[in-house]
Amino acid sequence: MEHLTAENFDQNARAALGDAQLRGALRNLADTFGERRKAAIATVENWQDLRDRARAVKDETLLHLDKYLTQFADNAEKAGARIHWARDGREACQIVLGLLKEREAAKIVKSKSMAAEEIHLNAALEAEGIYPIETDLGEWIIQLAEETPSHIVVPAIHKTKGQIADLFAEKVGIEKTDDVDVLTKTARAELRARFAEAEVGISGVNFGVAETGTILILENEGNIRLTTSLPKTHIALMGIEKVVPKFTDLDVFLKLLPRSGTGQRLTTYQSLITGTKRRETDEGPAEVHIILMDNGRSRMLAHPTTRQSLACIRCGACLNACPVYQQIGGHAYGSVYPGPIGAVITPQLVGIGKTSQLPYASSLCGACREVCPVKIDIPELLLHLRAEVAERATEPVKRKFGEKLAFRLYSLAWSRSSVYKLGTKISRLMQKFVARDEKIGEQKGFLSKLVPPLGAWTAWRDAPTVAPKSFREIWKDDLEKSEKLKTEN
Amino acid sequence: MKVSLFITCLVDQLCPQVGVAAVEVLRRAGCEVVFDERQTCCGQPAFNTGYRSEARKFAERFIEIFEESDADYIVSPSGSCTAMARHFYELFEDDEKWRARAEKIAAKTFEFTGFLVNVLKIEDAGARFNGRLTWHDACHALRDLNLKPEPRALLKNVRDAEFVEMKNSDVCCGFGGTFSVKYPEISVAILDNKIEAIKETNADAVVACDASCLMQIGGRLSRLGVKTKPLHIAEILANQE
Repeated sequence: MEHLTAENFDQNARAALGDAQLRGALRNLADTFGERRKAAIATVENWQDLRDRARAVKDETLLHLDKYLTQFADNAEKAGARIHWARDGREACQIVLGLLKEREAAKIVKSKSMAAEEIHLNAALEAEGIYPIETDLGEWIIQLAEETPSHIVVPAIHKTKGQIADLFAEKVGIEKTDDVDVLTKTARAELRARFAEAEVGISGVNFGVAETGTILILENEGNIRLTTSLPKTHIALMGIEKVVPKFTDLDVFLKLLPRSGTGQRLTTYQSLITGTKRRETDEGPAEVHIILMDNGRSRMLAHPTTRQSLACIRCGACLNACPVYQQIGGHAYGSVYPGPIGAVITPQLVGIGKTSQLPYASSLCGACREVCPVKIDIPELLLHLRAEVAERATEPVKRKFGEKLAFRLYSLAWSRSSVYKLGTKISRLMQKFVARDEKIGEQKGFLSKLVPPLGAWTAWRDAPTVAPKSFREIWKDDLEKSEKLKTEN
Repeated sequence: MKVSLFITCLVDQLCPQVGVAAVEVLRRAGCEVVFDERQTCCGQPAFNTGYRSEARKFAERFIEIFEESDADYIVSPSGSCTAMARHFYELFEDDEKWRARAEKIAAKTFEFTGFLVNVLKIEDAGARFNGRLTWHDACHALRDLNLKPEPRALLKNVRDAEFVEMKNSDVCCGFGGTFSVKYPEISVAILDNKIEAIKETNADAVVACDASCLMQIGGRLSRLGVKTKPLHIAEILANQE
């Protein structure tokens, strides 16, 4: 399947809006996840305090990230893990490849990891003839479909039951059925066999504890537990922002993350992994490798406004709450991280040149900020990035130039009341050609092209006309006098 | 109490009756209302599109004009423009003096319904409306200014009116300033959910505190031939017949 790019966000979004199956799959997203989340956060009394506490932990960590990372690395190694440092995605992929080749490992199971998606780990491994098996049900579905995740937490949310039935019939070879129970049992049987033979398990990390060197991974299917405990070798890929100072800090995040992400009080499994197994007779992997990956994160850390992007715990609540995401789904963003947080993170990770549409893919309604468990001010970040886009001369140059000119003129003219008033008069004259019954209907042909914003508006919405008498005119002719009369009386 | 109106460019140009209504309500509440003719726009379109130096010009002008006034408060019939005025300080990160001036102005700027309920302590404006009303929460009023019970209290006290909550009243109408013309298809897809929710209430009027949302919602209602009227809350509260 051809993968969409952020550069074509506008076209992708239009295509998504015309995709009836996709919109059907997304229809209940807001209601289902929104309601579940609300019910789950109602089970704790001090939700706002928890958010503040979590953010405070993140802020403290990010302010002294160097200290906490070294502490984490030291303690993880003391517990038997090996730490690897990766400056970028390419280095991280090379480290994984090196580890697999050294062990001549061919049978790899993998659990869901956004960090691995971010660096396109599977593609890097496949290029070398190594085919890791995704073991999260949603990830397995999209791996079979040769697609990418469209949501941070629910990767196959864009697929309908019918589409999955067709996929399983074609790729797994079962008789076509949309009985969810049969489909799940099929996946389970297929994946169990893979776990049994796997030599290496690759996972992501939700939190890494500096004072103990422990990693915590949350999940519901048990596949992460198997991925990180059955194979002899476990490789964990961890963004450098995932570290927290103390073990007790996990408490607040264990309350926030499941409630925000899936509307659960707690996920079914929480795997706490501290190094390797201690004795030969213990269960668990003999080797644990943790790859600490930067890949653009230290750039975000450097700026006081963008730093908060690193507080994200990848719960996906902002996607579910976003009116734009609800309409177009995740693929249209053309980036690994979709939705509001994706529109913020992606331009910072891969550069704003080809992703300059993403910060504009929002009505700035603030629903994302309202649900964010760590209080990231996503609208503030979107505005910050928009300012960066506006200041740069990026493609498409022509449009940018026109827009820049328009805003320059607007600020020059409208900040003077004389020119502002003249503008009103000109608008009143101009609209005589297009207005009917005090409104402007759909404009076709040259007129819609002449004034581009007007055409984009009136294709779907009637536009109001400039009033025959502006408020300032009414004030002068009438209201000001009546105020004086009133005061004199 | 002296109130200086920030009327906003949309109300000034497109729906001056909203401004007239706001003046009437404020006067009835005992305020002396003044209007400085030199005012234009708050600069939000530039700010929200990333043109900060242009936005700063508007902010400086706004601050200069309203600093001269001896009014106790600045009141605006728009959640969105009030929120912009409250955010002016962000434009002066590198300039402490301007920043302080911006903060001072922000502290006395209020959105119309918030001003009535929280400053004047008025929940019953003495209005009358014969019909069914529903309320759309404009995003900035709701999430930047935290105004949720205020407009509802005012509407519930309107004589002869029946107030009904629409589904997802707190979800965006899809306007988003330049978003509405940069991505018109997404904007309208979001808007159509709002229109459905409004239709379900069978209301005679959908009421909001922002001319921008009303222009978006009203433009679609008109195009689709839906009878529900888009009205600013000032228009409802001014009416006594």
